[in-house]
Amino acid sequence: MANDPIHQFQISKFFSLELGGVDFGFTNSSLFMAITVATVAGFLIMATSRRGLVPNRMQSIAELSYEFIAQTLRNTAGSEGMKFFPFVFSLFAFVLVGNMLGMFPYFFTITSHIIVTFALAMLVISVVIVYGFMKNGVKFLKLFVPSVPAWLLPLLIPIEIISFVARPLSLSIRLFANMLAGHITLKVFAGFVVTLSAFGAVGWAGAVLPFLLAVALTALEFLVAFLQAYVFATLTCIYLHDALHPGH
Amino acid sequence: MSDEDIRNGKADGDESGHDAELAERLRHLEEKLAKGGDGVATGFGGAERSQPSAIGQAFRLSSELVAGVAVGFAMGWGIDKSFDTSPWGMIVFLFLGFAAGVLNLLRATGQAGGGAARPDPDNEG
Repeated sequence: MANDPIHQFQISKFFSLELGGVDFGFTNSSLFMAITVATVAGFLIMATSRRGLVPNRMQSIAELSYEFIAQTLRNTAGSEGMKFFPFVFSLFAFVLVGNMLGMFPYFFTITSHIIVTFALAMLVISVVIVYGFMKNGVKFLKLFVPSVPAWLLPLLIPIEIISFVARPLSLSIRLFANMLAGHITLKVFAGFVVTLSAFGAVGWAGAVLPFLLAVALTALEFLVAFLQAYVFATLTCIYLHDALHPGH
Repeated sequence: MSDEDIRNGKADGDESGHDAELAERLRHLEEKLAKGGDGVATGFGGAERSQPSAIGQAFRLSSELVAGVAVGFAMGWGIDKSFDTSPWGMIVFLFLGFAAGVLNLLRATGQAGGGAARPDPDNEG
């Protein structure tokens, strides 16, 4: 049904490719991930191909986004965190362009699937754990020991561990839920306009309100698309801070 | 420096006596750079930072709580499964998970500090 608000999230397979019992089929989700990566890489290559002291528009955008992420990273993880700049910038660019591509009509939104956002969050938390142990050794476990009287520790250490494990989950749920809910709401209001306008003049008058709402929601969705990419990058920086300096 | 400035600079450059004006503008720019310091090129994202959106915050906070309870549930279920302690693991860990969820919630709003997570500098989305 054309009005089905869930239909836009359906995965359809273009071809399947069986390798060692695992299906590496190419779906519309894979296609849009490839488009996202190609857009980011293509834009940055084009923007930096003709570098000038006085930047042109493309170069300005590339420089602005560099400055933006670099400053977020320095503010939250300290200047030591700059070694993670390529990681955080790639994540930010991927999520941002993925969200923005989803705003085109008939395009697939990759970040509206929890498995995609969960994979990104697991990547972040794996980097935090691996780098935390590499840099601090066993001292990394001080992250789970809050500074409280000793008799409270048996209760608080499990809570701290659960709170740590919950991070990748809340990171992925937040991005996925925002994108999913936003796109469903947009589709529902747009569907109201189409359904109501089938009822003649009264319907047309009634369709004005949902139409205005759909316009406003589209603007809001653009804000959310940017904000969620920014929040994802900021939280990544905060978690990286824990890997760099545990125990306080 | 915006596009307009450059264009105006070019237009002015053809007229006589532009050296003094150029020097004046250079001095202006140096003053501005000295004042702005590092923050000159960060016009991007500043506007969003100052006005938190309520719906974004709602999503953020609810996901913190849900994630805590979900992880507590999963851990309790796993312990019950492997040590055959049903239902005690689930009962204890659901409460611990709820506590962890509330802890994360308070940290996200900046009302509890220290420990694993610092309060988010801009808890907006």
